[in-house]
Amino acid sequence: MSAELLRLSNISLSFKGVKAITDISFAVAEGEICALIGPNGAGKSSLLNVINGVYAPQEGDIHFAGETRRRMSPHHAAELGIARTFQNIALFKGMSVLDNVISGANLSSRASWAEQALTLGRAPGEEDRQREQAEEILDFLEIQPWRQAIVGELPYGLQKRVELARALAAQPRLLLLDEPMAGMNQDEKRAMSRFIRAANRAFGATVVLIEHDIGVVMDVSDHIVALDYGKKIADGDPDTVRHHPEVIAAYLGAAH
Amino acid sequence: MFYLESGQFATAYRQDRRLFRLRQQRIGLWLTLLAAYTVVPWLGNDYWFSAILIPFLVLSLAGLGLNLLTGYAGQLSLGSAAFMAVGAFTTYNLVLRLPGLPLLVGVAGGGLAAALIGVLVGLPSARIKGFYLLVSTLAAQFFVQWALTKFSWFSNDSASGVITAPPLVVAGQDFSSPLGRYLLTLSVALPLVWLARNLVRGELGRYWMAVRDMDTAAAVIGIPVFKAKLLAFAISSFILGVAGALWAFTYLGTVEPHGFDLNRSFQVLFIIIIGGMGSILGNFLGAAFIVLLPVALSVLSASYLAGWLPSGELENLQKIIFGALIIVFLIKEPDGLARLWRQFAARVRVWPLRY
Repeated sequence: MSAELLRLSNISLSFKGVKAITDISFAVAEGEICALIGPNGAGKSSLLNVINGVYAPQEGDIHFAGETRRRMSPHHAAELGIARTFQNIALFKGMSVLDNVISGANLSSRASWAEQALTLGRAPGEEDRQREQAEEILDFLEIQPWRQAIVGELPYGLQKRVELARALAAQPRLLLLDEPMAGMNQDEKRAMSRFIRAANRAFGATVVLIEHDIGVVMDVSDHIVALDYGKKIADGDPDTVRHHPEVIAAYLGAAH
Repeated sequence: MFYLESGQFATAYRQDRRLFRLRQQRIGLWLTLLAAYTVVPWLGNDYWFSAILIPFLVLSLAGLGLNLLTGYAGQLSLGSAAFMAVGAFTTYNLVLRLPGLPLLVGVAGGGLAAALIGVLVGLPSARIKGFYLLVSTLAAQFFVQWALTKFSWFSNDSASGVITAPPLVVAGQDFSSPLGRYLLTLSVALPLVWLARNLVRGELGRYWMAVRDMDTAAAVIGIPVFKAKLLAFAISSFILGVAGALWAFTYLGTVEPHGFDLNRSFQVLFIIIIGGMGSILGNFLGAAFIVLLPVALSVLSASYLAGWLPSGELENLQKIIFGALIIVFLIKEPDGLARLWRQFAARVRVWPLRY
């Protein structure tokens, strides 16, 4: 078992008294693909939002890469190397694919705006380097033909891929994917699974993803955490979780 | 078919980043610039310089300023005229009170003062956006105009609040003739357009567009959203401030605070709406539309309708036609003249084939 990258301990989150997450703890090992599963409203997206600081939990701690925090801020999470995609695509719709992907690497840029305005100093070299890195990712995700296309005009499946590309451009240590395959057909899902696994291997990114298609989940993940009504009901490798009685009950209904 | 593009490949990212990737486009740009400095001064007359070309250039520059803020960074503003006023009155006071200060330094100082006010006006953008931000910039618009009228120090205690242009002398050359004022305006505007173009196509431009398109996602990927907004306010206001100084001193010659009222802000806003949000070229197209259409309408009505209608009604008729044209145009092409131009260029590129 490799080292632990992320550990949530006793996280509880509520919105004005409505409990979204109750006392959840689990750990994600460096380099693994961990899937969060559970019925609608189980608290999966809320948990991702806690990890990258969009929501502040009332209780519990987040340990990431040796650092312990009560809560993250989105900016700090990005600086620590946590990148994510959203359930409803959150791309910059008026910008080209290339600009979207390059903007994912914004934390690595150093040129001041004065250098950019005069195209002097660090600015041109940095643009070259970011472009080269973006091109590698576009190549990897097979979206080079659309590099100059305006993102808002692309079909949904491609937008999902562009969003993954933008997250990869940050060279993240931890990649949070919120339903990366929602609304896709089987072929697109297969392609996306391939990209996620390849990203995990080639870029060395640890992945935490949310997915409803159990077939895909069993296929891609090393580790599954199952939630129901904001509580953790199972945690382990795919085979263990698949045969866990509470998971079967949550998905199929309990036998009375 | 006018563009023989075959054989022109970008072999480095630097070449691919160029504004005009094709040799023909670049030649066209240089010819246009050359013409602006040679053919136009040779052909133009005083009326063209004073009444058409100078306001066209100044309003293009003002449109550029607002376009950075609204078209690129997505922050609505109705304070453009206030920033122009700050630029004009600061330049006036700097040149008046610091004898020997070069004119261009005074103009730059006017821009910097406007940038400072712009940052202050931009502070609420940390918390509010859209129409609410629009209203807070409206407050700035009224406050600046009030302050300039209320404190007569700003206009050197002149009874009517009117300020007069300082001598337009740069490096010992007198630029006070119509041709000189045109060349001065052109030479101040072009470098600013170049700088703005570099900014919007670089890292900061991506930040601005990211904030415009989805600010929460921008924050999640690490973009410093508030800093990007404040820089947009500062740089936009700087350009508007310089445009204000030019408006006052190379176009009008004399100006009062009332000359920078809300109508001027609306005029600048119309320029970017008609020209095209998020486009550098759009500012020039929009300014040309705003400046030339009323002139064209008055020439047309004077030659065809003069005998038929009393002159007062003729003027109202021009305003009605102008307004109706704007409405029709916005319904036909909400993305502005810049988009029409792009479509036209795309057609010309493959002409006589269809695609």
